[in-house]
Amino acid sequence: MNNLEFSSYLLIVSYIAGFLGALTGLGGGVVLVPALVLLFRVDIHYAMGASLISVIATSSGAAAAFIREGYTNLRIGMFLEVGAVLGAIVGAFVAALLNAHVIAVIFGVVLLASAYLSLRRNEETESDRPSHPWAMRFSMEGVRPTLTGPRHYRVHNVPAGLGLMGLAGTLSGLLGIGSGAVKVLAMDYAMRLPYKVATTTSNFIIGITAAASAGVYFTRGYVDPGLTMPVMLGVLVGSLTGARVLGGTKSHSLRIAFSLVILALGIEMVYNGVAAAV
Amino acid sequence: MTLTAGVLLAGMLVAFGGMLYLLHHAGQPVHYHIFRGEPGDLRTIGGVVHEALTLSGRGLIQLGLVALVAEQLVRVALTAWLFMVQRDRVYVWITLGILAVLAVSLFRNG
Repeated sequence: MNNLEFSSYLLIVSYIAGFLGALTGLGGGVVLVPALVLLFRVDIHYAMGASLISVIATSSGAAAAFIREGYTNLRIGMFLEVGAVLGAIVGAFVAALLNAHVIAVIFGVVLLASAYLSLRRNEETESDRPSHPWAMRFSMEGVRPTLTGPRHYRVHNVPAGLGLMGLAGTLSGLLGIGSGAVKVLAMDYAMRLPYKVATTTSNFIIGITAAASAGVYFTRGYVDPGLTMPVMLGVLVGSLTGARVLGGTKSHSLRIAFSLVILALGIEMVYNGVAAAV
Repeated sequence: MTLTAGVLLAGMLVAFGGMLYLLHHAGQPVHYHIFRGEPGDLRTIGGVVHEALTLSGRGLIQLGLVALVAEQLVRVALTAWLFMVQRDRVYVWITLGILAVLAVSLFRNG
């Protein structure tokens, strides 16, 4: 395959990944790396570099729109980002110590977990219990827009949320993905934030977390311009179209379908890692 | 507003560099299955700027990618400014702390 053909195929696959990632809230990176490694036989380090950059592009593109809508909680975002940024730097350094097979196996396990979490996600998580003391100390409670006017929400289990964000950051640096699934888990499942607040706040900070690992990725030569160019452009345009479509559609069945794809890719990644074929 | 504009600018830089790159290297075979790492010039900010100034396609793409990462620092700085306007001391410090970590990570490594 020559360079022009290769770049064209990559552009199409990345567009689809970005589109489905935005539509389902799982992000494009989680399918991009396996697609690059398994389909295009790209070395996993280059794949991680291209994916990490695309994650930043998607997050920056979507963030502005979401803040305007009034769902993003900047206080919660910045508080949790402390854990995520530190995790991201640790993850990026650890990635350099592991060989490709080990990274592939870890990646596969994360894919399996993401698919599982996404399939069982509960969208009604609000409760009437009072907020966690840290949430009061750091004034995290917020108000979100609803059809019947602004509505106040509470914030629970902040320490668990912070710990999970540290994990999300580490995985992000280690694998070159946004770890959207773990971030939403922290905010939606542990802290019990309303679904839209959790997803938009997660989207806002994903790019910042990824930027923390980017320096290490550049220095180690993981970011190849020829490979990253079609991937970044495809994912960016795909996620912008996906976010636009999202307003009008019910994405439940789509999310199940996408989760099954992720499940299959996870099994394939673990198998290839163990068989040392990556 | 500034965010969207910044992403578009980085995207256009990448697309323009990509066209130049493909114009010169369209017919070459690809070899991404073996990890070699990028040449030294594309690993540091100074080197990337230098490559981009010679209008090399790969240099221009890389400059767009570095700009995209740098925009995240702008995003955090704007958030800090927002907290400053709200006189929210604790969050100004938290956000500036994140900014410092990001800056060290990008400029010490990149």
